Amino acid sequence: MGDFDFSIIAANWRFLAEGLRYTVQVTLTAMVGGILLGTLLALMRLASLWPLRWLAAAYINFFRSVPLVQVILAVYLILPLLLQFLTGRLIPIGADNSAYFTFTIFEAAYYAEIIRSGIQSIPRGQVAAGYALGFTYSQTMRLVVLPQAFRNMLPVLLTQTIVLFQDVSLVYAIGATDFFGAADKITQRDLRPVEMYTTVAVVYFVLCFALSRLVKYLQSRIAIIR
Amino acid sequence: MNYHWDWLFFFQEADDGLMYYQWVLSGLGWTVAVSLTSLAIALLLGSAFGVLRTTPNRWLIAIGDTYVDVFRNIPLIVQLFLWFFVLPELVPRDIGLWMKQDLPYFVTAVIGLGLFTGARIAEQVKAGINSLSRGQRFAGLALGFTEWQTYRYVRLPMAYRIVLPALTSEAMNVYKNSAVTYSVGILELYFQYKQIIEKTSQVLEITIVITLAYFVVAFATNRLFAWIEQRSRVPGMIAGGQGGK
Repeated sequence: MGDFDFSIIAANWRFLAEGLRYTVQVTLTAMVGGILLGTLLALMRLASLWPLRWLAAAYINFFRSVPLVQVILAVYLILPLLLQFLTGRLIPIGADNSAYFTFTIFEAAYYAEIIRSGIQSIPRGQVAAGYALGFTYSQTMRLVVLPQAFRNMLPVLLTQTIVLFQDVSLVYAIGATDFFGAADKITQRDLRPVEMYTTVAVVYFVLCFALSRLVKYLQSRIAIIR
Repeated sequence: MNYHWDWLFFFQEADDGLMYYQWVLSGLGWTVAVSLTSLAIALLLGSAFGVLRTTPNRWLIAIGDTYVDVFRNIPLIVQLFLWFFVLPELVPRDIGLWMKQDLPYFVTAVIGLGLFTGARIAEQVKAGINSLSRGQRFAGLALGFTEWQTYRYVRLPMAYRIVLPALTSEAMNVYKNSAVTYSVGILELYFQYKQIIEKTSQVLEITIVITLAYFVVAFATNRLFAWIEQRSRVPGMIAGGQGGK
């Protein structure tokens, strides 16, 4: 460990920071997109119309049973085919952009299950009360059920986001330059695996550990209200 | 779509004289081998560290907590790279060379995946033990059991039953996570998927087949655990009664 060369990190910090920025961007995009799509899926799954229920269940179960790396590669290869079929033109997407899409649709399945259990944790009387006040279905959901549900499930949603943040490292499979990808590319060039991979591990650990402590704190704050 | 469907390519011969469907089967074999071995390691580690975190000794708790925190907060692919490319450089030269040249990839990969999964299982085991009433431990101690015996005969048998549904989903996760071991040279299902796409470009057929293969192993695991859940349920307990349907 004595010959750990910090200068190699100093020399490449800009490239690493650029990678980390991409990782954070994918995480935030997939979080926002995934929660929106996930809410829709959760509502569909709890709907009274069976085709909606069936469709949402199929979507969720499908994405929850395949490995993320496989989805990353499959979308990267199939999305251009699909776009070509739809538009008739060849649109180059690129690994970096395809990851935004992949993570959004993939994480939506996981968020949906969290949101569903969040909605189900709200007493039935709340829905009845909403209808009794003359609210429509969407008003009841928007104004009564979802605000309470989101408050309850915030810690779990954030925990899932920490997992998502770590999972972005799997874009390695299509060669996109995320934080880990950046470190890997520097390693290929400078042959300093110890410095590079250790740095990535330490940074990931510090960020995720701090975030998970924050979630724990949040959990204790929210627990009082219930 | 100008896509040329060709399901028969699976029966074409690849470079190494095998047919493509045989590549898929061999990948499936490695996926199952890696997953089951890692799961076994993870169950052992997860149980040991999970128990540590419920002991009255705060040093043991700290050890258990540290293990879980470290292995849950670093991405799996980074952990695997640490075992494969960083650890051999940090140990004495001879051992490092042996790790790089003679130690089978399989061993390093299953230890890496096992340690990763173990941290998650430790969390479940701890939750299971903590969900039991304190009286269970006191009753054990009152009967003259040592601390360890209360775990062995009283608390763990109940705790495992309680967390079996959570362990089921961890076991299904292992299959999915095992796909990441392709990055350190394990020739498992995802590796073959990638390789077959490069050789044949029949993206859609192979995606469908590999997806189905993952479905099958995950479903089989689910059924196996449901069966265990049903067989191990304690009459009169709510915890064991629902599973397996």
